Amino acid sequence: MRSNDDFLSKKIVPGVEGDEIEVDPIRDYYCDAVPQVSREYKRAYPSIIDRFKNWARSESIWILAYGSGCGAIEMRPLMTPKYDAYQYGIQWRPTPRQANLLMVSGYLSLKTLRIVIRAYEQMPSPKYVMGLGSCTINGGMYYDSYNTINRLDYYLPVDVYVAGCMPRPESLLDGLELLKKLIREGKGHGADIYAEKFEWYKANQKKILKSWNMPDYSW
Amino acid sequence: MSWTLRILYALLTLFIVMNVGLLLNGVTRKIYARVNRRVGIRFYQPYIDLVKNYSLTNLVTHGVMFYLGPIFRLTSGVGLILFIPLIYGSQGFSNFSFSGDAVLILYFLFFGTLGMALGSGESGQPHSAIGVARGLAQVTAAEIPLVLSFLSVFIQYQSLSITEIVGAQQSGILQWTFFTNPLAGVTALLAFLGSMMRSPFDVVLAPQEIPIGPPTEYHGAFLGVLQTNRAIFPVAKTILYVNLFFGGAASWPALIPKAFLLYMWSVVVGTVFPRYRVDQSIRWFLKVPLALGLLSIVCIHFC
Repeated sequence: MRSNDDFLSKKIVPGVEGDEIEVDPIRDYYCDAVPQVSREYKRAYPSIIDRFKNWARSESIWILAYGSGCGAIEMRPLMTPKYDAYQYGIQWRPTPRQANLLMVSGYLSLKTLRIVIRAYEQMPSPKYVMGLGSCTINGGMYYDSYNTINRLDYYLPVDVYVAGCMPRPESLLDGLELLKKLIREGKGHGADIYAEKFEWYKANQKKILKSWNMPDYSW
Repeated sequence: MSWTLRILYALLTLFIVMNVGLLLNGVTRKIYARVNRRVGIRFYQPYIDLVKNYSLTNLVTHGVMFYLGPIFRLTSGVGLILFIPLIYGSQGFSNFSFSGDAVLILYFLFFGTLGMALGSGESGQPHSAIGVARGLAQVTAAEIPLVLSFLSVFIQYQSLSITEIVGAQQSGILQWTFFTNPLAGVTALLAFLGSMMRSPFDVVLAPQEIPIGPPTEYHGAFLGVLQTNRAIFPVAKTILYVNLFFGGAASWPALIPKAFLLYMWSVVVGTVFPRYRVDQSIRWFLKVPLALGLLSIVCIHFC
């Protein structure tokens, strides 16, 4: 794997008309500004507009359809006639830019953790994380694996855990209802906590991902 | 009629059309779900999605065109509805229609797609570029029979004013363009399916193909603007078709069932038929609809 400096250093790229273009990946491919805490989070009491927004956010949860572990297969029944989650305002989006909820479905290998962090940072805030199965809580059956993480909330701010190995779709729906309740009460501030403790989260992430070949914050 | 009043009527028109469009989007998805034996979304879900998307943060800046893309898209829908006479004979709901407005409307029909191509091209996301290339190819293929059928209607009435075309169809059902010029009518109905963003011609936006296509990078309020246009544009287009082919409407009770049935034509086809690939849909548009369109022009000229 290429080192960090190699990947992110300036380079000269040949243009279409034979000219040479200087590319600075940090500035041209990524946005390296650190996340900021939102104004809503700083307010002592939510205003009426905040409450209305929170209600809309809770009733329209768009999930990033990205499966990292075996739990992904428990998400599929939610789209089918048996447990139709669409009736509760839950929909699936194929791109992190349009998703609000990152469902971490099961164990995370180091390779997928890298992708999950990038996907999380590309989602517009307020954004929520849900950990499925015991693998995200304490490692589950992979607790002593050399290649998977044990506790998800060292690396990303988790809003709701759904315990089980694997949780049934019913318990997943229950977890989603709990998440909706938290958002309605104005407790869905994962993105703000991530911004507040940004350095702590980054230190944790860099500690476990030895070859860190991406910018610190990649929107 | 004073300008203030005209602007107020235009805003009222926009408000009505947007709400009707949002409700129709919800109802359509409900119908799809029921056909799939699901319960489906709540019919007012598009409203909640819209409010939520406007309440999210905007993260990225990709440049000026990235911002202008959704605005161009919305302009095409709003422009379309503002230059179509909604109710024949009503001063207020004729909006800003003028003689020769049909040319402007043909322009607005294509304008949004081009704006979107520029906008999502600048986002730098490869999926957007592929999606837009597919979208432009498909819309262009659908546009050829559409323009042919419109030209046939313009030649038939020797007029480029939609109000005049509606006026000529007022003496009875058999005077509707769909019955006096059936070839153009059928061509237009087939081309109608092409730009309603529904199956079988929705491969461009289909989440299962490449992640969602052109709007891959659009989020938050950008996506909200696109969704607003997705409510307005199909309804505006349906009303245009009612005006050109189905005798227009002299009152709201006449407009609503006509527009609703025409809108449902795309929904029924979308529910029944599976999705085409882009190459298949281009071939489809360039066979029967194109031949019918050419035939309608020949017929209207020589018959």
